[in-house]
Amino acid sequence: MLEISNLTHVYGSGPTAHRAIDGLDLSVAEGELLSVVGPSGCGKSTLIRCIAGLIRPTGGEIRIAGTPVRDTPDNLAVVFQDYSRSLFPWMSVADNVALPLRRRNMDKARRRAAAQEALESVGLAAAGKKYPFQLSGGMQQRVAIARALAYRPSLMLMDEPFGSVDAQTREDLEDLVLQVRGHHRMTIVLITHDIDESVYVGDRVVVLSKAPAHVVGDLKVDLPAPRDQITTREHPDFVHLRAEVGRLVRGVEAAAS
Amino acid sequence: MISARLLRGAAGVAGFLVAGELLIRFALPEGVEFPPPSTVLPEAGRLLVNGEFLQGVVTTMANWAAGLLLAIAVGVPAGVLLGAVPPVERALRPILEFLRPIPSVAIIPLAILLIASDSLMKITVTAYACLWPVLINTLYGMRDVDPIAKDSLRSFGFGPLAVLWRVSVPASAPFMAAGIRIASGVALILAVSAELFAGGTAGIGVFVIKAGSVLRLDLIVAATLWAGVLGLLVNLALVAVERRVFHWHRARTGEAV
Repeated sequence: MLEISNLTHVYGSGPTAHRAIDGLDLSVAEGELLSVVGPSGCGKSTLIRCIAGLIRPTGGEIRIAGTPVRDTPDNLAVVFQDYSRSLFPWMSVADNVALPLRRRNMDKARRRAAAQEALESVGLAAAGKKYPFQLSGGMQQRVAIARALAYRPSLMLMDEPFGSVDAQTREDLEDLVLQVRGHHRMTIVLITHDIDESVYVGDRVVVLSKAPAHVVGDLKVDLPAPRDQITTREHPDFVHLRAEVGRLVRGVEAAAS
Repeated sequence: MISARLLRGAAGVAGFLVAGELLIRFALPEGVEFPPPSTVLPEAGRLLVNGEFLQGVVTTMANWAAGLLLAIAVGVPAGVLLGAVPPVERALRPILEFLRPIPSVAIIPLAILLIASDSLMKITVTAYACLWPVLINTLYGMRDVDPIAKDSLRSFGFGPLAVLWRVSVPASAPFMAAGIRIASGVALILAVSAELFAGGTAGIGVFVIKAGSVLRLDLIVAATLWAGVLGLLVNLALVAVERRVFHWHRARTGEAV
């Protein structure tokens, strides 16, 4: 589904150049939920922006479903960390969700219906007429997720989507992602710096090094379904995996200092 | 709450009028003539049924509106263009920085010589003066557009023009509105000033000149009073429109109601 080979990205040039990604190889299978975890400032967001076509990498190649990424691919949606900046404050929640569907050749009634359906699937059936600023942070991020779902992308990228909400909301949203990928058949790449989260939601966890980022660990997560916040987190496999991912991330941090 | 504020405002105005009355009657040096409020207010009342004055108000406000609309028609698209294409902005910046501080009133004599049609001349100088606040505010608004908001739409595969129209323009609309409100005050100054310079058949400024030529100070002050009231009313109306249309902006920036 997603093939990344020898990806390299350098910001700027000359002595002030910053090498964010260096020779990163990664492939994600159709329908997989991949967690990407790494220390902060390691180039995770750069990776997402390259996949989404928002920036052109200085080297390497990214293919989605066999097609090389040039401009922003139209079978892809991104959920950003900062919902308050990524939602459009001048539009109602329903309009926010429906807007990207203009790319889908749908008439207004169908766009509306699809937006309402997506809002229902994130538990916000009644919020359509409200404005983003009238909702809590967690609810705003649900709107952003609904906007991505309504678009029915084959690949959804999530850039630390739960980094700006409180712990309880974070768990709710993690479960929402698990529930969503059960309903919609799509590939998800979720970036996080939270080790537990990476294991809890992922089918697979990839650990990145400090910048310039490359893959230092790739672990399969084989936890019994359905997952839930209590039993999954006390499962011996979960405990073992989070320790292993933790060691890898720590190792990266230790090696850097 | 509102009525208490109104009451205090009314008390302030009443106090000012009484103080003015006393000052003019008892503290003005010998030989200085100035009409006290007790003369001006009844005269201002009579102006409401004075056909010549009302005709003047209509003429002035027509020039005001035409000048302001012209400035919006030029300033908003120009501001959007400059904001969207930074190289163009950098090229034009020195010219803007040079023209902007020139007091707009100073171009009136030039405009009188260049533009034969009287009302066209007045509209032109009004539009010229209004152009700056509209243009500069639009430009600031465009610069202030959140890059994450733009990326959000881009990531769904929208092109630069769609991002401009659907994100940058609505996001900077509150700034445009503020610029238009500021310009509406400037427009009144210029519309009246042009009449004071050039005379004409009708207008608040024309009325003032005529009153001056027969030494009717009370009429001058009364007409000036109405000019102030007009400016105040226009400003109040525009603030009300801004509050209604851009409620999302106020909520976001946390500006007090």
